[in-house]
Order: sequence, then C-alpha cells, then structure tokens
Amino acid sequence: MTDRTMFDLKPTDPKPADDKYLSHLELGEPDKTFLDTNELVINMGPQHPATHGVLRVILKLDGEKVLGTECVIGYLHRGVEKIAENRTYTMFNPYVDRMDYVAAVSNGLGYCEAVEKLLNIEAPPRAKYIRVILTELNRLASHQLWLGTHALDIGAMTPLFYTFRDREEILKIFEKYCGARLTTHAFRIGGCQYETYEGFERDVVKFLDFVPPKIDEYEELLTTNRIWLERTKNVGVISRADAIALGVTGPVLRASGVKWDLRKAQPYAAYSDFDFEVPIGANGDTYDRYTVRMEEMRQSLRIIRQAVEKIPEGPIMAKVPKVMKPPVGEIYHSIEAPKGELGYFIVSDGSTQPYRVRIRPPSFVNLQALDIMVRGALVADVIAVIGTLDIVLGEVDR
Amino acid sequence: MLDYITSYLSSNTTPGQAGNVFWALVYIMIVFGGISVAVMAMNWLERKALAHFQIRLGPMRVGPHGLLQPIADAIKLMTKEDIIPAEADKFVFWIAPLIILCASFAIYIVVPFGPTHAITDLNIGILFMLGVSSLSVLGVVMAGWASNSHYPLIGALRSSAQMVSYEVAMGLAVVSAIVMTSLHGLGPYGVGVGTSGTGTLSMIGIVQAQQEQHVWFLFKFFPLGFIAFGIFAIAMVAETNRAPFDLPEAESELTAGFHTEYSGLRWSLFMLGEYAAMIAVSSIAVTLWLGGWYRPFPNTLTGDTWDLVFSLFPGLTFLALAAIAFVGVRRMPKHPYFRVQTIGLAGFGAVLGLIGLILFVPPVRDRIQDIYWFIAKVAGFMYLYIWYRATFPRYRFDQLMKVGWKVLLPIGIGVLILTAILGVVL
Amino acid sequence: MIAKLKGQYGSGICEANTYLGQNYMVVDPSIVSDLLQILRNREQFDYCVDITAVHYPEREKQFDVLWILYSFSKNERIRVKIMIADGESVPSAVSVWATANWLEREVYDMFGIRFDGHPDLKRILLPDGWKGYPLRKDYGIIQQDQEWVKANLGIESGQ
Repeated sequence: MTDRTMFDLKPTDPKPADDKYLSHLELGEPDKTFLDTNELVINMGPQHPATHGVLRVILKLDGEKVLGTECVIGYLHRGVEKIAENRTYTMFNPYVDRMDYVAAVSNGLGYCEAVEKLLNIEAPPRAKYIRVILTELNRLASHQLWLGTHALDIGAMTPLFYTFRDREEILKIFEKYCGARLTTHAFRIGGCQYETYEGFERDVVKFLDFVPPKIDEYEELLTTNRIWLERTKNVGVISRADAIALGVTGPVLRASGVKWDLRKAQPYAAYSDFDFEVPIGANGDTYDRYTVRMEEMRQSLRIIRQAVEKIPEGPIMAKVPKVMKPPVGEIYHSIEAPKGELGYFIVSDGSTQPYRVRIRPPSFVNLQALDIMVRGALVADVIAVIGTLDIVLGEVDR
Repeated sequence: MLDYITSYLSSNTTPGQAGNVFWALVYIMIVFGGISVAVMAMNWLERKALAHFQIRLGPMRVGPHGLLQPIADAIKLMTKEDIIPAEADKFVFWIAPLIILCASFAIYIVVPFGPTHAITDLNIGILFMLGVSSLSVLGVVMAGWASNSHYPLIGALRSSAQMVSYEVAMGLAVVSAIVMTSLHGLGPYGVGVGTSGTGTLSMIGIVQAQQEQHVWFLFKFFPLGFIAFGIFAIAMVAETNRAPFDLPEAESELTAGFHTEYSGLRWSLFMLGEYAAMIAVSSIAVTLWLGGWYRPFPNTLTGDTWDLVFSLFPGLTFLALAAIAFVGVRRMPKHPYFRVQTIGLAGFGAVLGLIGLILFVPPVRDRIQDIYWFIAKVAGFMYLYIWYRATFPRYRFDQLMKVGWKVLLPIGIGVLILTAILGVVL
Repeated sequence: MIAKLKGQYGSGICEANTYLGQNYMVVDPSIVSDLLQILRNREQFDYCVDITAVHYPEREKQFDVLWILYSFSKNERIRVKIMIADGESVPSAVSVWATANWLEREVYDMFGIRFDGHPDLKRILLPDGWKGYPLRKDYGIIQQDQEWVKANLGIESGQ
C-alpha cells in the first residue's frame, strides 16, 4: 500500500557533521564592538511560564542575542523503561499514556501495535477503525493544545481559550468512550476493550461539523495577523538537511519540506484505507510549522469522516492468550504521533514481562534541534521555537 | 482664612493659576482619589472584558459579578508578605515603585478635565507632561537593577530602550498638534477660516484652540491630524508597556520582566502606576486630538435644545448602568445562596440610579458635563487597551524598535513638516 | 545490499536476517564505525531513528548496542546490532548523524556504555553526580543513589 511516489527525496549529501550541531555554551563569540559587551548567562526554567513544563534551558546571551543554549532535562524522569521490565505486557499498557499525556491515545496505539506484532496477532478491522478515529481525534486535541500554548507564548492570549473550548468536545467523546479524559488507556493489546457507546458515531459526526469553523476562527486570529507573521516568519529556521541530520520528525520535519508521514510511508492500523494529504512547508520556519499543523488538523478531520462512514461491523478484540508470552525476539514498531515518530523497541525473552522496552520519543529528539534553531536569534525567539517544537516534557524525560 | 477659601469659588480659573493652595490641595485629593478608584474600576473592567473576549466569565465570586474583586485584591496585596531579595539594593528597590507611581500621578497636575477643572494650567503643560511621563522609565530601570536578577535586568533594559525610542515619535506627534494650535488654516469643512491661532503649550489652551478653530485636531488638515493621532495612539501603548508592546513585562519570556522580584504592596504600586499612566496618556490624547472636555459637535449642533440634550447624557449613562444592574438582579439565580449578592447588586443599581437622577438636577448637570465628556472619551481609549490585549500577539524586541524608528519616526517628521507647510499655505 | 556488505566485510557481518518483516544485522564491533558510515553515505540510511542498548548480564558480552536506521529514499528500516562486554566502548556516530548526540548520551546515562569520539558525553536524564546505571539488569527498580539524594535533596530517601 505504500505510496512510493510521495518520496520526492534525493538522498542527502554525505557530509560529516561539523561543530554546527553541537550544543556547547562555549560556542559563539559576542560581537566585538566599541562597547565592551559582557555576555550574560541566564537560566530559563525549570520554573518558567513558557518552557512547557520543566524544561530548563541555559542561555548564553549577548544583550538579547542568543549565542548558545544548553538544555537540561530529566526533571520528570520516572524510569518508564525500567518500569516496563518489571511489569507484564498488559500491566505496562497504562504507563505509556503518561509519557505524552496530551496524546495518550497515540502512545497506547503504538505500544499495542508493537506488542501485537511481537505476538503475531492482528486487531480486527473494526478495532482498527476505532483506533484510527480516536487517534486522529487525539491528534486534533494535541494540535489544539499546541496552538493555544504556542500563541500564548507569542503573546496572543485569546486563542488559548478558544482551543481549550474545542478540545473539550474531544475530551468529552473520550470520556464517554472509556471514562477517562486525558490518560485514556483506550486500547488493549489485540484490539479495544470497549465497544463504541450508543451514539458514538453521531457524536463524532457532530464534532466533525462543529470544528472546521472553529479552526477557521483560529486562523482568522493569527494567520494574517501582522505581528504573528513577523514573530513567526523566518524564526527558528531549520533546513531540510539539518532536519534530517538531527532526526526531527513529525510536523517539524514536514515544515522543512520533507514529505514524509509514517501514516503514508509505512501504514499501520487502518490508515491505508483512507485518503488524505500530507501537508508540507517550504522554509522550515515557525510559520510553516504553524500552517502544517493547521492543515494537519483539517486532514485529521477528513480521516475521521472517512473512518466513521466506512467503519465495519464485527468483533473488536482478537484472540489473545490470557497470559501473554511472546516468542523470543525483538521488534521495532513506530507510529506517527502528533509530535513525530513514536517508536517502541521491545525485546522479549519469552516470559510474561518484556525484557526491554525502548521508547523512541519524538519530543526528545526534536528538542535536540532547539540549539541550532535559536542560535543567533533573540530571547523572544527561543520562546517561539520551544513552542513550535511542541514538546511534552513527560515524553522527553519519560 | 475663610475668605481665602471662598474667594476662589468666584474666580474662573484653575486653583493653580489662582494661587489658592487650599483648593489646589482639594483638587489634588479629588484627582488622586478619583484616579485610584478609576484604576480599581479599570482593573475590574479589564478582567471582565478580557474574560468575555476569551469566552470566560472573569471574576464572579467576590460580590455580584465580581464587583468587589478589586477591593479584595487590594486587601490581599496590602496584607501580603513583602519580600525584598537578599541581594537586592534595598534603598533603590524600595524607591523604584514610588518613582513610577509619582511620575504617573504627576501628569494629572496638568490634565484639564474641564476649563477650570484642572489642578493648574501650566503654560508649558504639554512639555511638563512629556517630561514627567518619561521619568517613569527611571523607576523601571531602577527596579530592574535593584532586583539584582537577570530577568528584571533584561526587562528594565528593554523598557528603557523602548520608552526612549517611542518618546521621540510621541514627541513629534505632539509637536504637530501644537503646531496646529497656532496655524488656523482651512479645516476639512471649510470652517475656522479667519480665526487667529493661539499657539500655546498649555493643555487648556490647546483644547480652547480646538474650540476656536471649530475642529478637533484629529480632523484638522485631514488626514494629517489623523496620522499624528495614530502615531500618538501607538506610541502611548508602547509608552505604558501594554500589549502588544508589553515586552518589559512579557510574562512568557521574562516571567514578569522588571517587577519579577516584587510582591505585595510594592507590586501593586507598579500596577497602580501602570494603570494611572494609561489613563494619563489617554487623557493627553483626548486633550490634544479629541477636543478635550468639549461635547461632540459643539459647533454644528448648537442651540439650547442641543445643549439640553447633551447635558442629559451623564444622567442617562448612570441610569443605563443602573438598568444593567437591575437586569443582572433579574437574572440572578433564585437560590437562597445568592440572596446577599442579589440584594447587593440591587443596592448597587439603586445607587447608580440615584447618582443618575442627581445628575439631572440643572446646577449639577451643567458643572459635571465637561468632566463627563472627558471621561467618556478616555474610557474609549481604555477599552482599546483591553481590546489590543485580547487580540494581538507580542512584538519582538527588534521589531518593536523597527516600528518605532523606521516607521513611526519618519512618518512623524513627515506629518510635522506637512502640517507646518499646510498651515502656512492655507 | 547485504550481499555487497558481506562481500566487503566477510565474517564481520555475523548475522543478517529478517524477523517479523524487519531487517537486522549483527556485526562485529570492530567494523561498526565503517559500516555506519557506509550505510549513511552509500546506502542512504540518512535518518538515525534510535540508538539503544539491551543488557544481558548472564552473557559474556553483556550489552547489545543497536542502531535503528531508516532510509527516506528506500522507505526501509534496518537495525544494526553489536555485542560488547562491560567496559568496552563503542565508536560514536555523532559525526555521521547529528541526532546521535543525545541518543548516545542517554545510552551512556542508562547503561554506562562509553562512546568514543562523542563530543560531550555526560548524563542527560539523571543528575550529573548520580551513581549507577538504572537500565542495567542488576539495578533494582526501587534502587537509588542514597548519597546523592541526601546531599542534594536533604532528605533520607526519595521514596
């Protein structure tokens, strides 16, 4: 099903990475002017209103210009990978929700599919469709939360409240479906635990009709706003080559002009059944990342509509053994989470507990690009770039 | 002594000009108290209006519709622990909020609320205002420096650069308005020809010049007055550090900018100073371009009937507010829990209604008119401030400088030159 | 591709196989530096998805170190795996993929595997002075560096 034509990529030049990618505070000299300037090292976070949690960035400034940054992370490290080794496959499932807590459904989907692959079972089609609907709703919710906080960081207060209002509708659907709003634990290994509730499809369709004007409303507030354009255009630019070298994924990669989406490239769940576009940007700046995510919201709506229309009848749970003992082996499975490629590398030793679970967190890898994106920019741009990377510290630190 | 006090009442000037210290003090008290109340009201209005922009309710708990919220806030801020960082320069830390407060309140000395309703009428009023309002930057820099912390320091530096840059554009816009006072020229409606220009720096004089030339300076030499006013309107937002130019206190970048380390009463002094400065610069804008205390259309809609109609506005406004309060009473939930609030709101409405009725009494009606129109115009600006804050993202520092130096300053110079040329030619 | 690589390295490539539709190869640690360069430059695996490790305490060569690679132009993934003993170091891939920087730091942080040529190898998630490598199998799930906790947090125990 892979759409090979979408790869408009030529291989990137073989080029040894130079100092450019290294985040060192020693790098960069303050401008030598007739005024003797002293550089200033300031500590942004972990208690800071705009670092989205407990990210700590040490900034070296020359006036307002950023000479270098260093991220200090780990304040939210809970040892999820260690916990996994001490839980059974089923018991670990709810833990993954706590990583990227604004896109808990995507985390669960990745984990369940990885274990299913290891067990060599496949979820029934109806379960796959339910998974797609909920995951895409969650992608929308995640992007809405991103938009609100990103706009707030740049100083526009109002979109935050609009996006929270609309995100609430998604959370209501989640709550009706599985009883939880945020850390949903919606999926189980082998399918879904719950059949859709009475009126689920009606609720989703109602939401699909409700939200497009709201997205237009956000765009009305921001897309053509002069200040918004000035604050986001040519800010935090990351070129295609840099983006690939730094391994960034998701909307950040697509905004740099790489048309690559795991839902198309290596379709999982039921994504091969749906027709949707992969939006890309041209310049890789903050504005492009904004437009890419806005368009992604619309594409998510398209996918959900198709899924609701085509959803098949049937069982929602595959035949899964009561005690899960996957055969000895390793598996890497990744999905396109709202933030990028979310991968699970699971090693089984044939027992009921995974021998090793490695989670490839998109936020962690994307955050690494912060340094190159903000070097030479101003302090205000650091905020804009942290916002546009859309990191969730629960996932960065795990 | 009594004669000294009563002698002023028969005079027809401001207490400052009359040299009457007693009445000057009374006026100062009234203005100071009035501004403090206005700041509280503004605080409540801003939170409410902003909340409704953002589909929220805003304060609802303290008093009916949160009407007592500013008082609760004031009490909270006054009783809060006052923290001075250990490494701070204590004296400078202590004096910085006072400087800002004094600077923003001192502007009111020359603000004319009416032909005689001003503390004094300096013959260099507008210069005084420009000078005093730029003093507040000193307080900001001192606050940032004394806190001995990085974020306040950056905030203070941003603030000083910003205020200095926008002062220039603001000054040019003001100068073009002053030039208009001495150049009668041709108004857009062909009126005002033949009257002699006054050429004054006095705030009252500027307003009277607008009356004599039969045109608000906003519309004079259209669109020049309009552009100058626009420059002032932008610069005054930057001058008071409000969104979208709130970089010195950009909470997402610099936590709270120059007042990060302040808390409790001292912090509230900063807020008081900021809101007082907002009202002050709006008053200046109203004085220079919007005809000050004059009611709308004083030249075209003349005659006793129109005078009567316009003089009814103050009372009608208060009656309308009272009506809104009573609608609120009707819409209050009938639950016993809300009984106190309902009675309170009804009482508030009754007070407003009573004030409205008093304002219909002819002697009060005539005296209050000037102040009413002045405040109404200023209130429009206050609403704009809130509107900006709800709508715009924040400028970045270099963009802010670009707007100040590369856009506003050249336009300001151009407008000034064109105003001068037009004034001479016409 | 595998045949070509096998021709080049011979027995350096111990195993090249497919499990559950995923390609992987186990190679000798001595050639991995060259191999990664070649995979990046000749075979166009330009995206380093992940670098991780697995600890097998009962084996003589205790650690598996893995590179998960992806090629945009081929739409293919491959896992490169080496086995090393405790204390041995691995050539760093930072000069091949810039993204390896933090990923290698995390492996170092969690397993104590050193990467030669890494520009700034230090702990990333755990605090700098922490003792022990949590993802090793001999590190208990509730174990912690008591000394560090006492010195830095001023409490008896973090539990």
